[in-house]
Order: sequence, then structure tokens, then C-alpha cells
Amino acid sequence: MAQVTLRPTRPYAYRLALPGAVFAVIAVAVVAPGLLTGTDPLAADPLHALEGPSTAHWFGTDHLGRDVFSRVVHGARHSLSIGVAATGLAAAVGVLLGLAAGLAPKWLDEVLARSFDVLATFPELLLALLVIAITGPGTANVIFAIGIAQIPNLARVVRAQTFVVRRAGYVEQAVTFGLPGPVLVVRHVLPNVLGPVLVLATIVLAQSIIAASALSFLGMGPQPPAPEWGAMLSEARNYMRVAWWQAVFPAAAVAVTVVSLTAAGRVLRYRFEGRDT
Amino acid sequence: MSATSAGGSAATGGTPVAAGRTPPARPAPPLPETSGRPSTRPARARGLLRAMARRIGSGIVVIWAAATTAYLALLAAPGDTVDILIGDGPDTPEIRASIIREWGLDRPEIVQYLAYLGRLLQGDLGRSYQLQRGVGDILAEQIGPSARLAVAAAATAIVLAVLIALVTAGRGPWARRAVSGVELLAVSVPTFVIGIVLLSVFSFSLGWFPVSGDEGWRSLVLPALTLALPAAGVLGQVLREGLEKALEQPFATTARARGLTERALVARHALRHAMLPGATLVGWFVAQLLTQAIITEAVYGRPGIGRVVLQAVTGGDMPVVMAVVILSAVVFVTVSTVLDLLYRVIDPRLRSS
Repeated sequence: MAQVTLRPTRPYAYRLALPGAVFAVIAVAVVAPGLLTGTDPLAADPLHALEGPSTAHWFGTDHLGRDVFSRVVHGARHSLSIGVAATGLAAAVGVLLGLAAGLAPKWLDEVLARSFDVLATFPELLLALLVIAITGPGTANVIFAIGIAQIPNLARVVRAQTFVVRRAGYVEQAVTFGLPGPVLVVRHVLPNVLGPVLVLATIVLAQSIIAASALSFLGMGPQPPAPEWGAMLSEARNYMRVAWWQAVFPAAAVAVTVVSLTAAGRVLRYRFEGRDT
Repeated sequence: MSATSAGGSAATGGTPVAAGRTPPARPAPPLPETSGRPSTRPARARGLLRAMARRIGSGIVVIWAAATTAYLALLAAPGDTVDILIGDGPDTPEIRASIIREWGLDRPEIVQYLAYLGRLLQGDLGRSYQLQRGVGDILAEQIGPSARLAVAAAATAIVLAVLIALVTAGRGPWARRAVSGVELLAVSVPTFVIGIVLLSVFSFSLGWFPVSGDEGWRSLVLPALTLALPAAGVLGQVLREGLEKALEQPFATTARARGLTERALVARHALRHAMLPGATLVGWFVAQLLTQAIITEAVYGRPGIGRVVLQAVTGGDMPVVMAVVILSAVVFVTVSTVLDLLYRVIDPRLRSS
């Protein structure tokens, strides 16, 4: 009954295949959307509004007669760039703060660590909304808001990892050899801290994409007519009685992207840290 | 799994506050001289009091931190504080003067901060400049529909999670894979996507439930389900693993040897063991409920705190947003304190320590 059998490595490569295929399609959509669709995502055609899926319009048309397939493809860039930028911001600041806490004198570490703990208990979306209340809506502000909201979680992981690395034999040896502090941190501590951060960043990225599309759905993100998935859903809600396709395809795009990211993040985590979920 | 993974899943959301705040080495209570039953009634009562005091103390710290974070956000914002507090509300010299008076903006910052904390202690949450009313009144008025939604969602989630666990525990690897697949979907699919899909199937296509508003229980079904499904997925997996672990314990073998049926064993013994790791997730769950409710209320066009928050965020009505941040901390702390006491009811072993 218990899982005592040793797991071979191959099933994990296999589990990465499906998410990998999804990432490849998404990457094409982000880099060169023109390869997937020749239609302009902003071209309105009121005569053909709210038409169901057909060979001309694979995902149908929306209330202005725009091609939903083209909007979903072009939307990848809008939706994902917010998530990627927010994760980058959170990772940069999180690593700095986490390293600082891990290497600082005890009292300073205590202050920083407690603030990470308390901030991490707040739901990310609420922190993001607090930031947006001050900065106002817009793409850049949403990136900033989500990034800030993700910092505490990352900083906590970096701090914990810094503690482990700091006590490792190779670091103590480097100290004995008189390596100056900054060199020691950059050459030995940082690279060894970054491994778990990269794994966590996959999952933070998934969460950031959810948060970005949720905030856009609530009208805080990219403004119409930009084809962002969350914003498309918010528009589609008003036409759902007549046109399910306008809502279902962007919804599926968000869901497939995030599920693939989370699944890939878990496989990576299992590979590198040996723990599941 | 169990408590360590619940505390370690930092990426999936708020972690139970107890994990971070408990002092590393709890001073062991002096063991009574007489061996045998280690805990006497007074010792037990003392332990309970100490645990409660510690819990309430850390709860106050979290609420204070929420208030301070909200205040720092206000200070950190670029531009004039009076402008920010007004947001998109009416801007007259009288209102400006009243803001300066209320927040003491002519006084030094530390005095302003202390005055702000003082007002919070008296239950004064400030004034919405968009709606021209006390924030406390607005929240009190709108909390009803939100609370109904939260309670309905929590009840649905717990029932679903227990069902998932009971149906799949001890059924071999396919059940494990199915449940972990459901859990993956639960943490990955955004709330508004679930909401839109349910709305499209059950309201628009089948016409079983109203599309929006808050009239009667029928309008509560889909929103509650939207909030409950992701939570049930996560909770169900944790309960299931707890149940499987419990069924492998020596006491389970003993009970089986006594001739207990598998069903009685689960109902009377194993479920209680499985509940403990599940209960640590509830703090996470409540935090999720609070924010996901904002989205759910928007999807279903329901009245409630969510609508107030969104209006306040769009209009930059800071007093309302700050109050909601503090309110969410109060709810979170209350629920996790109650839970902490509940652990002792679920697990008698904790009462003696």
C-alpha cells in the first residue's frame, strides 16, 4: 500500500512532455503570433458579430465581429508578459531581501523574517489591490502590484536557503581562506541559493499569471481593446447567453497555460528537492 | 505531507500564521512526579491558558501589522496624502479641511500614525470619501451577503472534501492519481474561469439558476460552488492522504483484529486522525475565500464586500481599502485562533502538552 518502490526518472521526463508542448505553442504565440493566425485581433467586422466557430473563424467572432482565435493568440503576449515581469520583479527583490536577512546580524534578520511571515499571511490579491488603489489601474501598475505581493514568499525561501548554504563546508572553508565578503556572497552563496528559487519561480509565475488575468478581469489591467485573456472574459460575460465561444476559449487559454506551468513546476520540484506537491 | 507540507507550500498562498510565529523551543512543562497519566486537570487548564495567551498575542501582532502595512502604503504613495484619501470623491475645501483634521495631517508623522491606531482601537475605521459615509457602516451593511456566501462555500467545500477522501482512500494508485489530478486543476484554474464555466452551463444553457443578483438560495448555489470547488480539491487530497496514513497505523490493525468493519474504523477512528492536517489548511482556505469572494461576487454580480472593495480600488478610496485589509486580518486571526483551540478537541494528545 505504501509507496516504497523507487521511482525511475523516466516518468518525470514523460510528465514534462505535455507541458513542454504547450509551452512551445505559447512561445510561438508570444514571439510570432503571425505564424498562427493571419487575422488582425483588433479588426472589427460588425456584420459578422457573434458568429459561432466555423472554418473562417475557428473560435467564432466576438460582439464587435473580431476573430476570437486571433485575439486568444495575440492575447498570450499581453497576459504572459505581465506574469513574467511581475515574477522577475518579485524574484529580484525577494532574492536581495532574503539574502540580506540570511546574512544580516540576528536582530535585523529577526525584523525582516517576521515581516516576511506576516506579509505572507495576507492573500496576494488583497496586497495587489492595496497597491492598485494607490497607483491606479494599468498594465505597469498591475505588474508592480503583483510583483510586490509575491515578494514575501520568495524572500522567505531565499532566507531559509541562505541559512543552509552559509553553514556549508565550502563556505566555511572560503571564509578560512580569507575570501572577502562580497566575493564570497556572489561566487558561493548566491549560486547555491538560486536553485530552489528557480523551481519556486515556476510556481510563482503560474500564480502571477492567475493574478494578472484576475486583475484584468476586474478591469484593473490592460484596457480595451487590448486582447488580454482576463479582459476578454470580462467583455464576454455580457454576451454569454448568445455566444459561449467568446468566453470559453480565452478561459481555456488561461487554464491550460497555468495547469501546464504548475505541473512543470511540480515535476521540477520533485526532481530537485525530492518532495511532491 | 501533513503539517510540514501545509506550511511549506508557501507559493500556493498564505501559510498558517502559527507556523511562522511559534517559538522554536517550547519550554517543556514540568512532568508530574507520579507516572502513568501525565496530565492532571489543573495542568491541562494551565496549558490551555498559555496556548490561548500565545495565540491571542500573535493574533494582535498580525492585526497591528495589517494596520501598519495599510498605513505605510498610504505614506509610500507618491503625491499629496489629502488627494489620495479623497480619491475620485468630491473635492471641496471643507472636505479637505475635515481630512486634515481627521488624519491630523498638520502634525508630525509619528503622531498621525499613533492617532490612526488609536482610532482603530475605538472601532473607528474612517470615512469613505467616495460614498461620504463611515467605512464601518458601509462594511456592516454589505457583510451579510458576503458572509452568507463564505459560510455556504466553506460548508460545501468541507462536505465535498470529506466525500472525496472517503470515496478514494485505500482504493489503490488510480484513486491517488485521480485525486492529485483534481488537486492540480484546483490550484491552477482561476476562480473566474470556474465561475464563467458554471455560469455558462447552469445559468445560460440549462437555466437552473439566476444569472446574477442575490435573491434566495438559488442565487447562492453557483457562487458557493465556484469558491468551494478549488478548496475541496486541495482539502480532499490532504484528507485522503491523512486517511490512508491513519489506516496503516497499528491502531487500525488492532481495530480490525477486534472485528471492526472497515467503515466503522474509518468513521470512528481514522477520520479524526485525517482531520488534523486538513485543519491546518483552513487558515489558507479562509484567506483564499476572502479574496476569491471579490472575484466571485464580480462574476455573479452579487452585492457584498467584494463590490465595495472593487469600487474603492478603482476610485482610489483609500480609507475603504485600508479598512478591508484590516478586516481581512481580523477574520484570518479569529478563524486561526478558533482552529488552534479546535485542534485540542480533535486530538486529545495535544491537551496534555
